[in-house]
Amino acid sequence: MQRFSTIALGSIRDLLPIVLVILFFQLFVLDRPIGELASLIDGVIAVVLGLTLFTYGLELALFPMGETLAHALARRGSVVWLVVFAFLLGFGSTIAEPAVTAVAGEAAETTAAAGFIANNEDAKFLFALGLRISIALAVGSAIVLGVLRIIAGWSLVKLIISGYALVVGVTFFAPAEIIGIAYDSGGVTTSTVTVPLVAALGVGLASSIGERNPMTDGFGLIAFASLTPMIFVMAYGVVIAWI
Amino acid sequence: MDLIAGIFSAIASTAFDVVPIAAFLIFFHGVVLGRRFVNISRIIVGLGFVVAGLGLFLLGLERALFPLGRFVAEQLTAIGSGANANALLPWYSYYWVLIFAFAIGFSSAIAEPALLAVTLKAGEVSGGAIHVWGLRVVVALGVGFGVALGCFRILTGTPLQWYIAAAYAVVLIQTAFAPRLLVPLAYDSGGVTTSTVTVPLVTALGLGLAANVPGRSVLLDGFGMIALTCLFPIMTVLAYAQITALLEARREAREAGRRHEKPPMED
Repeated sequence: MQRFSTIALGSIRDLLPIVLVILFFQLFVLDRPIGELASLIDGVIAVVLGLTLFTYGLELALFPMGETLAHALARRGSVVWLVVFAFLLGFGSTIAEPAVTAVAGEAAETTAAAGFIANNEDAKFLFALGLRISIALAVGSAIVLGVLRIIAGWSLVKLIISGYALVVGVTFFAPAEIIGIAYDSGGVTTSTVTVPLVAALGVGLASSIGERNPMTDGFGLIAFASLTPMIFVMAYGVVIAWI
Repeated sequence: MDLIAGIFSAIASTAFDVVPIAAFLIFFHGVVLGRRFVNISRIIVGLGFVVAGLGLFLLGLERALFPLGRFVAEQLTAIGSGANANALLPWYSYYWVLIFAFAIGFSSAIAEPALLAVTLKAGEVSGGAIHVWGLRVVVALGVGFGVALGCFRILTGTPLQWYIAAAYAVVLIQTAFAPRLLVPLAYDSGGVTTSTVTVPLVTALGLGLAANVPGRSVLLDGFGMIALTCLFPIMTVLAYAQITALLEARREAREAGRRHEKPPMED
């Protein structure tokens, strides 16, 4: 129960700076009554309560399992199982990531309103789902790449440079409508669910391989996870425009 | 009643989001590793919390954070344009938008627990040379600047890929000179500084801004805020590490110089 209240305070702390900034602007810059914002209060409570329950549930059920698995598989040293595990971890945690769901929904609304896809519920649902699956496939591949890098000791910088070059290169072929969404999808993937699970995998792996340094080799997994979605989503845009 | 129905339908639709990760973790735990589940009731209760929490959170986004972002964007552009709402004004007449964007980015990054974790590790890796609070403030300044630059881009209607390509070039040059141990940490910091609460709000702010500034397309100009927000922490962490290393090297060189002037007795 004490853990629950700690998490609840954490959710409030996430939201508090935003609320304070908005209230300040409402009162002093826009010079309007706070009452205008009162209708949003139930939504704000839902955000705090939802985030708290979500994080608490993750810590209760998924994180301990994920951490035990990451350490056990890293010690066992079977590369095939590790790669399968890494891919599924990246894919599954991205599908469950609330920020991805939210932004994909918003992207579907916007693209439909602009006429890039058909403006009906089915088309929007399919577009958002396709977007989420592309992002999840991208994160899965990113974690696999990161795990292989830790095992083989490849240079992070070289891989990142190739990734950047690829992002810029693919941009020339992607339809203009998808570029903004694609670039944003790099940042939305890594929050509540993905970061703790992936960090546990990276650090566990680097420390059990032995000669690697957990400080430099364990990190860098998240960096790939915020690069590959841009490439995958632009590819998704090419496919959508082609159909 | 509307709210209750909304909660239930949101929870029902999020149950499917949690199925893949839960199913695969349970599969690996039970089948691949062949372990027994010590506390099965804990897992079931935890999953229940995850599903309910996710549903409530998404419902709250729809009812509060998205409308809030749009509302603020609309109000702030209205001060900028004043009476002539349809005229295209130079970007600096919307300075309140930029100030607001900076304030939101800075304050949410300062409060972000993931950023604290990254800065603590940076301090550890550098052996105390990097100050945790200093780095935290610098990264938050970077995030604030990123959000403000995202708004500037929407106000001017310039293509996102120019900004991204230029930022990549800067990051690569910095990487060549930064202390090696800190590079992976810096790259990771880009992804972790935007929280689950900040992302939807900043997205809504960008979309609202593109909808309210004359001549901007929501689809072509509205996205891209998150992308810029993620790049600046990388730059600021690298720059901070670089400056700390330079100052350290200079201090050591000075001390070495002093030793040189006054040689120790035993030599």
